[in-house]
Amino acid sequence: MNIVVCVKYVPDATADRQFESDNTVDRVGVDGLLSELDEYAVEQALQLKEKAGDDAEVTALCIGPEKAVDAVRKALQMGADKGVHVSDDAIAGSDYVATSLVLAKAIEKIGAPDVVMCGMASTDASGGVVPAMLAERLDLPQVTLASVVETQGDQVRIKRDGDTATEVVGATMPLVLSVTDQSGEARYPSFKGIMAAKKKPLESWSLADIGVDASQVGLDAAWTTVEETTARPPRTAGEIVKDEDGSGATALVEFLASKKFI
Amino acid sequence: MSEVLVLIDHVDGAVRKPTYELLTIARRLGEPSAVFIGPADKADEVTEKVKKYGAAKVYVVDDAQIKGYLVAPKAEALQQIAGQALSNDGLAAILIPSSAEGKEIGARLAIKLESGLITDAVDVQEGGVATQSVFAGNYTLTGKVTKGTPIITVKPNSAAPEESEGAGAVENVSPTVSDAAKKAQVVASQPRKATGRPELTEAAIVVSGGRGTGGNFEPIEGLADSLGAAVGASRAAVDSGWMPHSFQVGQTGKTVSPQLYVANGISGAIQHRAGMQTSKTIVAVNKDEEAPIFELVDFGVVGDLHSVLPTATEEINKRKG
Ligand SMILES: Cc1cc2nc3c(=O)[nH]c(=O)nc-3n(C[C@H](O)[C@H](O)[C@H](O)COP(=O)(O)OP(=O)(O)OC[C@H]3O[C@@H](n4cnc5c(N)ncnc54)[C@H](O)[C@@H]3O)c2cc1C
Ligand SMILES: Nc1ncnc2c1ncn2[C@@H]1O[C@H](COP(=O)(O)O)[C@@H](O)[C@H]1O
Repeated sequence: MNIVVCVKYVPDATADRQFESDNTVDRVGVDGLLSELDEYAVEQALQLKEKAGDDAEVTALCIGPEKAVDAVRKALQMGADKGVHVSDDAIAGSDYVATSLVLAKAIEKIGAPDVVMCGMASTDASGGVVPAMLAERLDLPQVTLASVVETQGDQVRIKRDGDTATEVVGATMPLVLSVTDQSGEARYPSFKGIMAAKKKPLESWSLADIGVDASQVGLDAAWTTVEETTARPPRTAGEIVKDEDGSGATALVEFLASKKFI
Repeated sequence: MSEVLVLIDHVDGAVRKPTYELLTIARRLGEPSAVFIGPADKADEVTEKVKKYGAAKVYVVDDAQIKGYLVAPKAEALQQIAGQALSNDGLAAILIPSSAEGKEIGARLAIKLESGLITDAVDVQEGGVATQSVFAGNYTLTGKVTKGTPIITVKPNSAAPEESEGAGAVENVSPTVSDAAKKAQVVASQPRKATGRPELTEAAIVVSGGRGTGGNFEPIEGLADSLGAAVGASRAAVDSGWMPHSFQVGQTGKTVSPQLYVANGISGAIQHRAGMQTSKTIVAVNKDEEAPIFELVDFGVVGDLHSVLPTATEEINKRKG
């Protein structure tokens, strides 16, 4: 079984995330890491591999700037077998459509996988749309937003917490699968895993390597533009009271009444 | 005037409020055409409702053949309706509710129609200028689609629904759905149980509880009911099994933007903020005065929620008489 897991390198959410002067996300000035939500995808990919046995292979794939190779390294340390990092100056500023094109072309070059595994959303853009776009481009069934993944041979069943119902969705491999943060804690890289990762194959591809023309990607080719980015004005400090013998409850009710919520 | 397709948000034909918000927004961009993908026997009822908010046309797609499949057939249906609209008077935009399913439909449609996609808009103005709130609500973006037909998924509470009588001319559509679109099959579906409280994403007031509840949500529910509010939870409360995941507010749960958000026993981690930071008024009750949630609040009480909330609830109920 061949599994490709798509991992994104994102600015740390707990740091001060910001934009560049061209309104693209600052991916260099802010420390980055493997998107926490993609750790769940790596975990599920590894569990599929462990279940399938020895000849199964997990390839971690990342599109992003030079530093983004760290996301692939982390996936290798967790247990992925191979890494592919697609990096090209022309890619900077790509929108979902272009990102999904580059991912799809890279996946085709890696070879027809049985499962393309994704996270539920990236923690920076948080679109949650790339997996559906990949399914559309690769003409594969999409089995997305799984909180539980079960397989039997090439049969996949997932539980999905839909917007208005909880659903069980089934499909046959090959397919695109995305998993939520409900799918189970991701493992930490062990010391052995960190050492072993250094010897694992890690390829670096340019756009030419996957047959994508530079004019199809990047900021200028994006089908959407960002016109303005505005930092939220700092909230004016609110009133904070200490509760003493029920005074807090009274003050709270007074506040709610003054704002006409009661 | 060019059409604007609005995908109706409904559960088994019961139209949900975001539909009216989308129709209101659509009128800024062109002439709204509502798209109903659902049980055909509910089409009349749905048409009556969406007409009141300006739907000039209502495309009806009976979902009997496709409701057992995930996302892909709906995207194909919309693609065909978009093609039809394009060859009539043009298509100014496609507006879709920004739910998990809505975003995936938009994603597939963007590839099919070679059109740009904007997700999670909190406002759309004339000319298709969309506003998004990003980085946990720390930044606001405005942007536009520059290629093809703008496809925009719009969050609940992005506009106040305004009535305006539309013609509501029904057009039945039977899209051809490819075999490929039928490969992800919904094997079982269990509708979410109604809570009797307002819908979390639509509510004017949300009262949430976190790890600080210690698993006892009674004080949260009591306050919520006294205010007519929806109940929310932090991921810590959900992970502990105290509340179902559908109650979770935050990055990997629901995003809410109510008039009033009351956070109780919630520390205010960035991932939680991502789901509530754009609330108009924020109140917190937390026993730790250092809790980061207090940086956000308009009003905060440093105290034990187990005593503050029941006393406040009692007082509110008394005032209401
Ligand atoms: C990828 C990712 C996604 C995430 N997504 C989400 C998400 O969608 N939503 C979300 O909420 N979190 C999310 N988290 C988790 C988030 O980082 C925090 O761990 C979580 O929000 C903490 O929940 P909490 O505030 O209830 O618990 P804690 O941080 O443990 O805070 C509990 C608070 O309760 C207070 N308290 C304790 N007892 C009382 C009492 N008797 N009375 C009053 N106050 C009391 C304490 O002082 C403390 O401030 C995510 C994390 C990651 C990594
Ligand atoms: N640049 C990228 N490189 C690798 N995987 C990506 C990239 N962007 C998105 N993905 C995958 O697509 C998922 C959803 O991303 P998004 O639609 O951007 O929220 C992520 O969880 C990843 O699995």
